[in-house]
This record gives sequence, C-alpha cells and structure tokens, in this order.
Amino acid sequence: MGEQTPFESNAGTLYERLWTRHVVAGDPNGRALLYIDRHLLHEVSTPQSFELLRSNKLSVRRRATHLAVPDHAVPTRNRSLPLPLGPARDQVDLLRRNCTEFGIELLDLNDIRQGIVHVISPEQGFTLPGITLVCGDSHTATHGAFGALAFGIGASECGTVMATQCLWQTRAKTMQVRFDGPLDENVTTKDLILALIGQIGAAGATGYAIEFVGEAIASASMEARMSLCNMAIEAGSRTGLIAPDDTTFEFLAGRPRVPTGTAWDAALAYWKTLKSDSDARFERQVVIDASAVAPHVSWGTSPDQVAPIDSVLPSPATGSRDARAQEYMGLQPGKPLLGLSIDFAFIGSCTNGRIVDLRKAAAIVKGRKVASHVRAIVVPGSGQVKAQAEAEGIDRAFIDAGFEWHSAGCSLCVAMNGDTVPTGKRCVSTSNRNFEGRQGPGARTHLASPATVAASAIAGHLADPRTTP
Amino acid sequence: MKPFDTLVSDAISLPDDDVDTDIIYPARFLLITNRNGLGQHAFADRVAGGDTRICAASCAPILIAGRNFGCGSSREHAVWAIADLGVRAIFAPSFGEIFRSNCANNGIVAGIVTKDVAEKLHAAAEAGQRMEVDLVHCTITCRTGTFVFSIETADRESLLNGWNETTRILALHEPQIAHFEQRQRMAEPWLWATENEQETTKNV
Repeated sequence: MGEQTPFESNAGTLYERLWTRHVVAGDPNGRALLYIDRHLLHEVSTPQSFELLRSNKLSVRRRATHLAVPDHAVPTRNRSLPLPLGPARDQVDLLRRNCTEFGIELLDLNDIRQGIVHVISPEQGFTLPGITLVCGDSHTATHGAFGALAFGIGASECGTVMATQCLWQTRAKTMQVRFDGPLDENVTTKDLILALIGQIGAAGATGYAIEFVGEAIASASMEARMSLCNMAIEAGSRTGLIAPDDTTFEFLAGRPRVPTGTAWDAALAYWKTLKSDSDARFERQVVIDASAVAPHVSWGTSPDQVAPIDSVLPSPATGSRDARAQEYMGLQPGKPLLGLSIDFAFIGSCTNGRIVDLRKAAAIVKGRKVASHVRAIVVPGSGQVKAQAEAEGIDRAFIDAGFEWHSAGCSLCVAMNGDTVPTGKRCVSTSNRNFEGRQGPGARTHLASPATVAASAIAGHLADPRTTP
Repeated sequence: MKPFDTLVSDAISLPDDDVDTDIIYPARFLLITNRNGLGQHAFADRVAGGDTRICAASCAPILIAGRNFGCGSSREHAVWAIADLGVRAIFAPSFGEIFRSNCANNGIVAGIVTKDVAEKLHAAAEAGQRMEVDLVHCTITCRTGTFVFSIETADRESLLNGWNETTRILALHEPQIAHFEQRQRMAEPWLWATENEQETTKNV
C-alpha cells in the first residue's frame, strides 16, 4: 500500500472513504497508521491505559478529543448516596483521579449527562459523522450509525491513542447488508441484527466492515440504527456503518458539541458526501427481506443461536455446540420458544437503553401488570434518557406495571455492578450478549427486542409482541 | 516488551468453538484495576463448574483453541489472565479481532491455522506431544509433523522485536502526525473548535 494521501479519495465505499481520509502513514506490510479523532473512556478498561502513559512518561496529546464516563461498575440504585465502599467505588474514584491528572473531561456520576458511553456520546454531540472514534469497549461500532469509523479496542490501544492520537490498523474487507422493505409493527432493528447474526454466524463478519443499507434502515430512527450497528461485533465485525442522511443531521442539530453557524454549514456539506458510490464494490453482500423478519429471540449461549420467536428449538446432535448450549440453557429440543417461562426481564444497555426503546416497551406494558413470578427491571441508558422518560410519564407506565425503575448504567448487560441474575434463572433481555455467565454465573439469557421483553414480562413467558393483546 | 524467541513446550487443547472473553475472564473480576496476577480468575466459572482443562493449576505455554477464540468483549484482562498463566502462543482457526490485537500488544503469538491443522494439533496436544513454535518461519513442529500458521506480518515483526507500539509511533511518525493535524485543522476545523495550537502536547 505504501504512503497514501489523505483528504483525496476516489474510494468506492463509505468505509474506504473514511479510512483513506484518516491515513497518517502506511507501512510495507499493508497497514495504515490511522488518525483517531475521538476516544471514549470508562472506568473498567482504562486504569491500565493510564498506567501505560505513566510508565512511559507520556502525556495526553489532545485532551479535548477524549471524554470519560463511569458506566460499567456503577450501581443503578440509591444514586443520591455515595457509592458503597468497595472495588467499584475504588474504580470510579481512580477514573476521576486519572482524568484530573491527565486533563480529560469526565461526566461524573452526579451529572445528568452520565450514562452508558455509547448512549451519552451521541447525546452530547461527541459522536459526529466522518470521524474516527474508538473506545475500550467492543460495542463501539454503535457510533457507526452516524457514518463514523468507530471500533472497539483494548486497554493498551487506549493508552496508545491518548499518547499518539493514532493506531496501526489493517484495512477490513467490506460487506454490504441490505434490509429491503419496511418492518412490521413491533419488529425492530434489534430483530434485524439478531436475524443477520443467525444467518451469517458469530464469526460471519470477522475481518469485514459492514455497511447497512436499504429501506428498513432509511426509515429507521437514529436510536434504531444505533441498536443495529451496536451488535456488529456479535457477528465478528468491529465496524458497522450507516451513511449519514437527513435523519442523522436532524438528530445532531443543536446538540452541545455539534458545530453551529457557518461551521455547521461546512460540516454538513462534508457529511453529505459520506456515502458509498452507487457502483461501489463490496467484497460480500447479504440481502434480507426485512418485511418478512419476525421478532427474534436467542436460545443459546452465542448470539448466532437465535430463532424467530414463533419457531421451535432445534434438535442438535448429541455433544454438538448447539446441544451444549441447550443444556446450559435448560432447554428441550423441539419445544416451542413461545411459552417458555421466564424469571427476569431486563430493558436497558447500550443496545436498547434509549428513549425510543423505552417508549416502545412502555406502550406495551401500559395499563398491564408484570407476571407475579417475574422480576422486571428498566435501566435507562443515560441520565438524560431517564429524565426524558420521566417527563413523558413513561416511568409511571413501567412502575405501575411492576417494573423497577433504575438510574443509568450498564447494569444487567455486563452484571458487574451488583445487578445479577441468579444461577439457573432465565432472563429475557434487551442486551447484546447471551454468553455463559454473562448476567451472573449460571444465568440463562435470551436476547430480544424491547417490545418482545415487554410482552414477555407481562405474559411471564416468552411472548410475541405482535400478538400481545 | 520481551522479544518473542523460539518456544518449546507442552500444549493444552481447548477445542470448543466461540470461547468468548466472558468465559476466559468473567466480568465481575473486571473491577480489578491492575494487570498482574489475573491468572487466578482465568476461566473462573468453567473451573467452578468442574472444567479444569485450563486454569491456574493446569496450563502450558501453548494453547490450541477452537474457532472464534476470544470473541466478544474487548477486555484486555482476558489476555493478561492467560499471559499470567504462562501462555505465550495460541493457535486457532480464527480469533475475535480485538482479542487478537490485544495478544500482539502483550507479546503473545495468536496464530491462525487451518481447521485440518487445528485438529492435528489438538490430537498432538492431547497425546502430550511437545511442540516447537518458530515465529521466524511461522511453523509449529511436533512429532506429528511441521505445520504452518499465519499471523499478520506487522504483528510478527513487532513480537520478534519486542517493540513498544506507542513509543515506536512517536519515534517514527511524529512529523507525519503533526502534518496530518495541520491539514485536518484546515479541512475540518469543527473537529478542532475548542482547541488552540498550544493545546496539542507533543510526546517526544
């Protein structure tokens, strides 16, 4: 590849365009030193990154390009009180000290702007089209919904980005995923991404950058687009992209860090160029008829072990990966998914903790009651989502139905803040991973959309939101 | 980082596909804020469930793994935990991408082998064969035979030299970074709106 000239590109796809625009240098091995415009930090993946800076006597190159927020380890209840003594408090304190020492802006726990990194960054206008954005978190592809080249990295790489504003990267192959047709009511982009992962597998997009296109994307809200890009990593891809359009620009206009006046005009003119050429060549293409996609729910311990909610469980060969997953999940081959009794229902996470998600679920639970044997929990993705929901009365719909109404954080998606599902218990969850032990040792997770989780919480078992009365 | 030299040792076989980083290093141990001594938590839930194929009490410097090893979360703790167990090379038909980068940044060889070679290596590991990993020629040799693995050329070079990626970027590319920044300030000034020229700290 050798040297590339940034700021001039005839590249065909959006990914290639974003890539070429950020090349600082090439190497003989075909890698590029990519310039990183924005970096998000949270308390869990950065202690060792700051340590890397200290041990190499390095400082942060451009302080204004980093934004930190505690989200993974924080309690989602009793937030007016100080955090209880213990490792979570120590970790949040350490983030605070590191940000002070290295001059990085922190949205602290008592700040209404606090929340899950991938929810607050777009809210605060920190995520913009055309940028490169990284975070020590695999769900960073979320920001690709804005036409940003965004990907998850390790803690060492976070340190490298802070010191150099760059990362060596190998260019991915490109995959276009087209969702034709409109979505059924109560079918969401969460169902689309689960259907895609089921089709291509948990490593189906490894080595690829995905671009999502099609009617179902064009008509989707930014929140719905983020849910889709968020789970690209569950198909193996670090990058999920959607070209910015009027929906994107409307979402951004007026947000805190978004340019205004003539700067907005200049930015907008550039952002409108961020799309793949109509004749761009993708190394792989997948087409899915979105109008035929049913609500999906996972049944196994990998996100590709997923099925339409109105189907029956597969009957895998003894000893196979699928059989082991069904054993862990306590499931019988050939039985229907509908009607499977649940113990927990969780609505939240960087996948589905946004206002659009809460509205969808609230519309289903309003005026109804959560089944008596189910513990149902809503954890808004940010303080602002929580406030917005409360202003709309959505919190009352949940609370009156018997849901717990928490403060913002990752909570039951990663289960490291004290919120856990006990061993052997079954949780239907809007989160992104159904791995063994993800919601607690021995916990059984079924991934689903907010609509499906809401319908199931009321029914007390896996239920189809399309047919919930 | 210590340069990767030739490695000769026993190997552990873990043929399961899609072993994710939550399995390798369960999330509740992510509250630990340093990177040393994490091996005691490696595969903690598997070990608690009686699966002790790989854990603090039983490990070897070479790990033969299944497809999509290290998928899922970006947590580098998974690599630190494995490194703390003494693992220095992992061979699998494919890896989670972030995990693979994290391996390179911690001196661990993450080599890709064909499914066929993986099966032979699993069998050899199970049979207690010693293996020799040659990173210069990208081969694994055991009694069964000599097999080729692939690794990104740049990762290989970095591992063989024990480079520190961060200081190396600064030492070799500072003028190019500065040049890029100058151009971006002109082309996309809105990305620099809150900064003045003095605010960029050059690490040299």
